[in-house]
Amino acid sequence: MIIGWGHLEATRLGTTLVASFLASLVECVEALTVVLAVGSVRGWRSVLAGAAAALALLAAVVGVLGPALARIPLRRLALVPFHVVQLVAGGLILLFGLRWLRKAILRSAGLVPLHDERAAFAKKAAAMREANAGSISGWDKFAFSAAFNVTMLEGTEVVFIVLAFGAGGAGLLLPASLGAVAALLVVAGLGLALHRPLARVPENTLKFLVGVLLSALGTFWVGEGAGLGWPIPASASPDLAILLLIAAYLALAVCLAPICRLQARVVAEES
Amino acid sequence: MRWIKSIAREVWGLFVDDGSFAAAILVWILLAVVVLPRVAPAARCDGPALFAGLALILIESALRFSRRSAKCRASG
Repeated sequence: MIIGWGHLEATRLGTTLVASFLASLVECVEALTVVLAVGSVRGWRSVLAGAAAALALLAAVVGVLGPALARIPLRRLALVPFHVVQLVAGGLILLFGLRWLRKAILRSAGLVPLHDERAAFAKKAAAMREANAGSISGWDKFAFSAAFNVTMLEGTEVVFIVLAFGAGGAGLLLPASLGAVAALLVVAGLGLALHRPLARVPENTLKFLVGVLLSALGTFWVGEGAGLGWPIPASASPDLAILLLIAAYLALAVCLAPICRLQARVVAEES
Repeated sequence: MRWIKSIAREVWGLFVDDGSFAAAILVWILLAVVVLPRVAPAARCDGPALFAGLALILIESALRFSRRSAKCRASG
């Protein structure tokens, strides 16, 4: 068996699963808002067909590429040493995680407007009402295309998120994929049940948490790839460093939001 | 073809929105990989030093944005 579970720590698996679930949840909610907006104006048949076609295409791509990636024995890959894979995956996750964390901090500080699913829904619905109103009755290419595009777009982002998490170590692709599939099922289920945008999903809090988790994971993987050491007892698991990094990033982010707000106020008064 | 361009742009946007922020992270990672193992006073200090550098980059970028944003608002 190429993917072994024995050497993997629960911290690493759990963090990857939760981070993948939360990050995918944010993307799925954004896709759902557009699908609901288009469907409520143009009818459901073409919209659901568009979303289903995009999901089928994504599933086919992942179905072909996924097993091939999972079979690559990363630690034994002669051409690319494992520490290089960890460095690249860690670097990508750091870029992604710190970007989300920075945005979440600035939103918490009131310097960047919060993402409003209701406003996004209303804007998209208005655009759909104005566009090609004559074709709504029959097969609606416009609605199909809108649903296909947004599902493909957000779905591709989810695939990249899963690949970035999965590349951090052998056996991480499965928890990362499970997290993404769970997010899709949760959002699709809620969308079917409620038929309205999930405006109550605390998007910024999710981005804040995902940013903290990803930044911690990315820092850990870059550190592991570079052979850096962590101030933990020699007898403890190296994954204890992930928990310390999560705590450190969380403390930093919680402190930084009010500092940014204060600085913006001071600068505004001076100007 | 338009949606392929949109997807490429969105995927790029997943990792980069502020170019200088992304560049600073990459440069610090490079320095951490090449320099830190050689200059850290103890083996267990280099991991925290990697975190400290990333934390400083985040702080500087967030404060720079808040300064710029406040100036823009003040000037109308």
